[in-house]
Amino acid sequence: MDNLFDRKYTIQGLFILVCLILMAKLFYIQVGSDKYFISAESNVLKKIYTFPARGVIYDRKGKVLVQNEPVYDLIVIPNQVKEFDTLDLCNTIGIDMKGFHKRFTKAMNQSRYQPSIFEKQLSVQIYASLQEKLSRFPGFMVQNRTIRHYPDSVAGQFFGYVKEVTKKDIEEHEGYYRPGDYIGKAGIEKQYNDVLRGERGVINMLYDARNVPQGSYAEGKFDTLAKAGEKVYSSLDMDIQKLGEQLLQNKVGSIVAIEPSTGEVLAFVSAPGYDPNRMVGRSQGNNYMEIFGNPNRPFLVRPTSGYYSPGSAFKPVNALIGLQEGVIDAETPFNCPGGYRAGNHTVKCEHVDGNISLRRGLARSCNTYACNVFARIMTQKKFKSKVAAYNNWEQMVRKWGIGQKLDIDIPFEKKGILFNSDEYTKRFGKYWGYTTVISLAIGQGEMNTTPLQMANIMAIIANKGYYVKPHLIKAIGDKKTISKEYVQKNYVGVDERHFTPVIDGMQEAVNSPWGTAVLSRVPNIIMCGKTGTVQNPHGKNHSVFIGFAPRDNPKIAIAVIVENAGYGSTYAAPIASYITEKYLTDSISKGRQAQVEWMKKQVVLPIMPKPKVKYQPKQTEDTTKKQLPAKLEATPVTDITAQPKPIEITK
Amino acid sequence: MSTQQGNRFFFNVDWITILIFVALCAIGFVNIYASVYNPDTADVFDFSSNYGKQLIFILTALILGFSILLVDEKFFSVFSPIIYGATILLLLVVLIVGRNVAGNQAWIPIGSFRLQPSEFAKFGTALLMARYISTFNPKLRDFKSIAFAAMIVLLPLGLIMLQPDTGSALVFLSFMFPLYREGLSGYFLLIFLGMIVLFIADFLMPIGLIIFIIVMISAFFIYQNRRKQKMIFTIVIAAVVSIAYLYVVKLTYAKVLEPHQRSRIEIMLGLKTDPKGAGYNVIQSKIAIGSGQTLGRGFLQGTQTKYGYVPEQSTDFIFSTIGEEWGFAGCSVVIGLYCFLLLRVINLAERQRSSFSRVYGYCVASIIFFHVFINIGMTIGIIPVIGIPLPFISYGGSSLWSFCVLLFIFLKLDSNRMGFI
Ligand SMILES: [Zn+2]
Repeated sequence: MDNLFDRKYTIQGLFILVCLILMAKLFYIQVGSDKYFISAESNVLKKIYTFPARGVIYDRKGKVLVQNEPVYDLIVIPNQVKEFDTLDLCNTIGIDMKGFHKRFTKAMNQSRYQPSIFEKQLSVQIYASLQEKLSRFPGFMVQNRTIRHYPDSVAGQFFGYVKEVTKKDIEEHEGYYRPGDYIGKAGIEKQYNDVLRGERGVINMLYDARNVPQGSYAEGKFDTLAKAGEKVYSSLDMDIQKLGEQLLQNKVGSIVAIEPSTGEVLAFVSAPGYDPNRMVGRSQGNNYMEIFGNPNRPFLVRPTSGYYSPGSAFKPVNALIGLQEGVIDAETPFNCPGGYRAGNHTVKCEHVDGNISLRRGLARSCNTYACNVFARIMTQKKFKSKVAAYNNWEQMVRKWGIGQKLDIDIPFEKKGILFNSDEYTKRFGKYWGYTTVISLAIGQGEMNTTPLQMANIMAIIANKGYYVKPHLIKAIGDKKTISKEYVQKNYVGVDERHFTPVIDGMQEAVNSPWGTAVLSRVPNIIMCGKTGTVQNPHGKNHSVFIGFAPRDNPKIAIAVIVENAGYGSTYAAPIASYITEKYLTDSISKGRQAQVEWMKKQVVLPIMPKPKVKYQPKQTEDTTKKQLPAKLEATPVTDITAQPKPIEITK
Repeated sequence: MSTQQGNRFFFNVDWITILIFVALCAIGFVNIYASVYNPDTADVFDFSSNYGKQLIFILTALILGFSILLVDEKFFSVFSPIIYGATILLLLVVLIVGRNVAGNQAWIPIGSFRLQPSEFAKFGTALLMARYISTFNPKLRDFKSIAFAAMIVLLPLGLIMLQPDTGSALVFLSFMFPLYREGLSGYFLLIFLGMIVLFIADFLMPIGLIIFIIVMISAFFIYQNRRKQKMIFTIVIAAVVSIAYLYVVKLTYAKVLEPHQRSRIEIMLGLKTDPKGAGYNVIQSKIAIGSGQTLGRGFLQGTQTKYGYVPEQSTDFIFSTIGEEWGFAGCSVVIGLYCFLLLRVINLAERQRSSFSRVYGYCVASIIFFHVFINIGMTIGIIPVIGIPLPFISYGGSSLWSFCVLLFIFLKLDSNRMGFI
């Protein structure tokens, strides 16, 4: 009996042990971990977000460039869905039963208790017919937000586009974004996303287990209102932007116009372009693929990422460096026998110019003159070696913004190409000299610039020695703030006095009978400029014009590139003159209007869109077929890997 | 005689136990009130609400309890076979006319009142068990007496399984403890423990590995006892039976258990997570309890409780309300009260001169222990979801009254501990 009495302790011990196990587990989940407390909060507390309107964008004259249009997202909370007429819902929002089940399964997988988006961006019309029936679809509700609308349908690459955030975006922004939020993905929408996006509003609501709202949390103490994004004032002039896009339609190229005194970009044309409205709304995905599939690459922002040899456009810079170095003066003559012999090859000149000095050399775009100046700069006695001479020249050129980014306020700017001496040594070995790189004198060889950089060179000449970093947004918000870097003057290290003869030469090029750029004349305005016909190893030459106007107190500096269009004087120069006239006089003089219309109709496409590509720019429907060039080459529009080779013509 | 009876009554009843009983009922009422609390219609004396009804249940339970104290102590011993028989009869009746509630035929509707015979079968069985052992004084060493004791337990257990109400049936395994106290070999407890371990291992490990482990362990013990032939024989038998058991469990699991029971077991063992399906109750219950943290959110402040995140909150999951609103401190008090009650009842049982009272006391403690362990264990996720109430605290008349009767019969027997039955 005694040993049985002891069993009391076994049993009591077991009871105590089990109570301790329960207490230990309770301690672990109640005291040892916050996990359950947090889960409890998220059980009860639901954040309902209200979406802000993105900031409005104005042009330089105060015209609204972007509006916000209401759209409606259809939201579903799966566990609240009861039996209903699914077919009716499908018909109303324009999907089929298969699509319905796909969307519903997706929502179920996300959460049965939390709202998720069922169908995005329903139009106002669909919303109106849906709204009447919504009570018949339990578990479905509508949340409104806004999407972009661009009334002018131009400047697609400038605006960029807005898209739903990806997982990567969410990770990169460390929790700022939630699935379903929108973010600027390109252009100004990306660059100024933080300014434009505004702030989400939030309402903290308490919900019971059946998802019935139980009032606001802490009497709304933590709720916020949605705050619309800030206004942004663009420097673009929509009138010349539009004209520029029309002039370049059915062509490939760019127009960049800058106000020299401020660095404000007036026109930012990249052809082919696309209607920014196509990158908005429910068909965004399809349109994206279509635009992406166009072989002429409308998404390429050519003004900042197209690479072109500057060609003759570089000659004024070369001459100015010569003047600054003191190796020439304005009157120093060089004899042009129709070419310049450098080592074992010759740089040909279009003309036999005879004795020629700076003004005429620029006006006639004489290659011999340019090469002689370059040779003098590179053979100065003060340099101990060829490399030192090159380094000096390279540093002076770089100050002009060549071979480096200008920090314009649009994403994906490229820096162009300018070799340093090491790169040449790597390519040619130890023994290279100015004769090896003589093509640099005429803007060929290992030198590529973007249209923006070319326009900026003109702005520097117009300003006689400095530039303000080009920018597309001139002011932000009601206070119209602007970043310091966009008001600061950047000097290129050439004295003001040296500019006059160079500007004379450029004026002559446009306005004298023997000039190369006579087609760029603007009635009653003195335009100074330079044509370039840039060699394209893959096809017809690119047509280039750079210039500024008026000569005194310049208001506009411009670069125009039309790819595969042959001589600079035929396409680029007149286009520049129309833009300049439109900007300075706000109109095109009567006699020239027909020319403008003719220019708009010209088709110069290096690659024709394949017939199976559905999307055709509206304006091209008839002209494309009629004027198919006989021979087409599939080539990239720029060539940055081209090896230097003997130059035949540059003008 | 009558005054002497009265004095004995007041002096000998264990008021400490009654105090714990009242405290647990009060805790139950407060938390049921919080579980169904709605600020718009709050009224403590609203008798149509669950907490109003519980108040009535508590008062009637007290009346019932004190009436039992007035019954002659010999009644329970003498009538135990009849009480047992009556509960068995009720269990049979419930199978025929029972109302189906949540898949179980557990209730007999009597007007608006619902009688749950499985609750009453517990003390019926306890009484007969006490009577059997006190009358025949079996040593529980021979097959015949063990089989008879087992029969007393297995008859109601089987009938309840048929309802099917696995949770209530499991509680009958608690009779293991009083039998152990009265001489049943400790091996039975060990075998029972072994069965549970093997059951769990069956799910977590490949069967080949378990068999390998069993063989290795057996080999070790055979080597240890290599000179005792009889021992070797026993070990071999044990190993063979264990392996057979493994297969039986596997088969039972696949063929006999309902899908929802299977998934509950799998969730409890961590083999499956299904936060929206079968695991929902447990996850929400753990969230509610865990969110109480050390001191709790305070009375009526529990958001999970208030907004109905835990299903069956005032009945089987009442402990989640305690956990959320009173925190680890409150939970400790409740578990402490239960622990104290259990130890107290065992101590009281041991001071009885009559073996009837002692066995009955052990039955009472064991039944309450099983309920507390399974119920709280379930709400914090260490035991699969088995729907049985938390004694004295969960909402419901049948359960409260049956626990009250169970306990007060023992208190009555205890108050008369000096006498012989
Ligand atoms: Zn010449």
